[in-house]
Amino acid sequence: MLNFIVRRLLAILPVLLAVSLLTFLIASLLPGDLAYVILGDQATPENVAALRRDMGLDQPLWWRYLSWLGHVLQGDLGRSFRTGQTVLQAVAERIPVSLQLMLMAEFIGLLIGVPVAIACAARAGGAFDRFMTGSAFAMLSMPSFLMAILLIYLFAVELRWLPATGYVPFSEEPLNNLRFFVLPALTLALAEWPGIMRVLRSDMIATLQEDYIALAKAKGLKPSRILFVHALKPSSLTLVTVTGINIGRLLGGTLIVETIFALPGIGRLLVGAIYTRDLVILQGVVLLVACGFVIVNFIVDMLYAVLDPRIRHGHA
Amino acid sequence: MATLELSMQDEVSAPIRRRRKLGLLFWLASIWLIVILTLAILAPVLPLQNPLDMDMLERRAAFSGEHWLGTDSLGRDELARLIFGARVSLTVGLIAPMIGLALGGALGLLAGYFRGRFETLVVGSMDVLLAFPPLIFALAVTAYLGQSIPNLTMILGVLGIPAFMRVARAATLTLARREFVIAAEALGASHARILLRELLPNVILPLLAFFLLGVAVTIVVEGALSFLGLGVPPPMASWGSMIGEGRDSLDVAPRLAFLPAVGLFLTVLAFNLVGDTMRALTDPRQGAL
Repeated sequence: MLNFIVRRLLAILPVLLAVSLLTFLIASLLPGDLAYVILGDQATPENVAALRRDMGLDQPLWWRYLSWLGHVLQGDLGRSFRTGQTVLQAVAERIPVSLQLMLMAEFIGLLIGVPVAIACAARAGGAFDRFMTGSAFAMLSMPSFLMAILLIYLFAVELRWLPATGYVPFSEEPLNNLRFFVLPALTLALAEWPGIMRVLRSDMIATLQEDYIALAKAKGLKPSRILFVHALKPSSLTLVTVTGINIGRLLGGTLIVETIFALPGIGRLLVGAIYTRDLVILQGVVLLVACGFVIVNFIVDMLYAVLDPRIRHGHA
Repeated sequence: MATLELSMQDEVSAPIRRRRKLGLLFWLASIWLIVILTLAILAPVLPLQNPLDMDMLERRAAFSGEHWLGTDSLGRDELARLIFGARVSLTVGLIAPMIGLALGGALGLLAGYFRGRFETLVVGSMDVLLAFPPLIFALAVTAYLGQSIPNLTMILGVLGIPAFMRVARAATLTLARREFVIAAEALGASHARILLRELLPNVILPLLAFFLLGVAVTIVVEGALSFLGLGVPPPMASWGSMIGEGRDSLDVAPRLAFLPAVGLFLTVLAFNLVGDTMRALTDPRQGAL
């Protein structure tokens, strides 16, 4: 197992390096001189030249990359020239919001997806199964920003049950905090459950055809006991991977949802940085998000190997 | 892109009630797509009002003979904007996956056929591209490149390459071991001939089915970017930007957001339906050849 972990760790190092290079190149090669952005329209050529020298922008590209990478490895991702905040401070401040949103979304998604999947698998091909499979397919075609608009219209504009935008920290007003999170989390969850449901349903249908399920039936066990105790656990392995794959989509989803519902998370930080052309924040956040994504995928790989020994040994 | 992979996985493991008949929904979806495409192509010659003409006295006007679907918050004709918006969404949605199909398909075919170092390199570099959550990558790059339809199309196209590469490579890997390829090799056929005459015609079918699903995903991402005001530059209409603008008058005129939303949803659903049906018919893993 240790051997396997080390091998996989070595394999993601080049990926992380390439990710950093790509992030740097996007930020450096594309048009738009950072010095002009900082100084604004009224900049004189002398000012720009001076600032470029100060920031090292007159150095060759490879040198700038290496020195940037050196700083990054020491934990210095730079400082926003608009707010004076360092990238790490800005991210640390906002990450709890995004995490809370993603956890609540995944929780609600599982809460809808798992029971529906079990009910569908119990009577595969029945009316309920066909209806829910069809609905899940339709929901997959529903972009999260459409869902957000629909939910805002229903619950905030028409019924006035929940606030459309806003945020208070959990530590200050826990109940109000949850109220603000309901609609955004529900938006994401409604996009999540079809994937959860489809995967669990098909795995469960396969499990229900195993011999030991037939034996359990022959023993006269209650159908509910067979479904929840005998079939659910062996069917939920794929769900782990799916949850991992979902994180990438959730990250993209939080970006939109945080912007729509005005939640101060990572996604909103990124969109804000784009609106204000805060290139340092943009570069830093993209790098952190991409690295985080690679590491999450690595952890999911590991979890999967723990659950399924075949992966550890073969090259499956 | 993850959506596509998910739906591919469960197709393999679920006991499948295979429907040979295409079904009513498939035809409804096809008809909807043909109608939308025709309207989008013919938009400049149709007797529509200019989608950019503002009329401040007629803001958020209701349905009428003059404005069939009313006007938006700047007094622009809603029907004209919907149809011209379809033009933008479909242009980006169709051209971007073509880039992915061409480049990703070629890379996947070559990687799956030649294997070895080349395959490792291709798969590795695609992993790097996949490390960026697609929407975040698209946002960051448009921020630097500037907002325009060609830029948007190019970025979304590049983002599609890894997915197409995977599909093409997976199909090639199974096909390259089949008898007809071995026979062609034994007959002394060149690599180019095997790739183009034996493998490509077989790989292209699953790729084309995947292409339709790619169109659906691209339309969604374009819509999301334009919705945030970071896709198509204003005052041009795209379904996403119209939904974004309509959001501000959700309390007085919800139809301004819901009309383009319905258009977007039905079009994405139709592409998904047609693509999914085609995939079920062409999936090589079911041994349906």
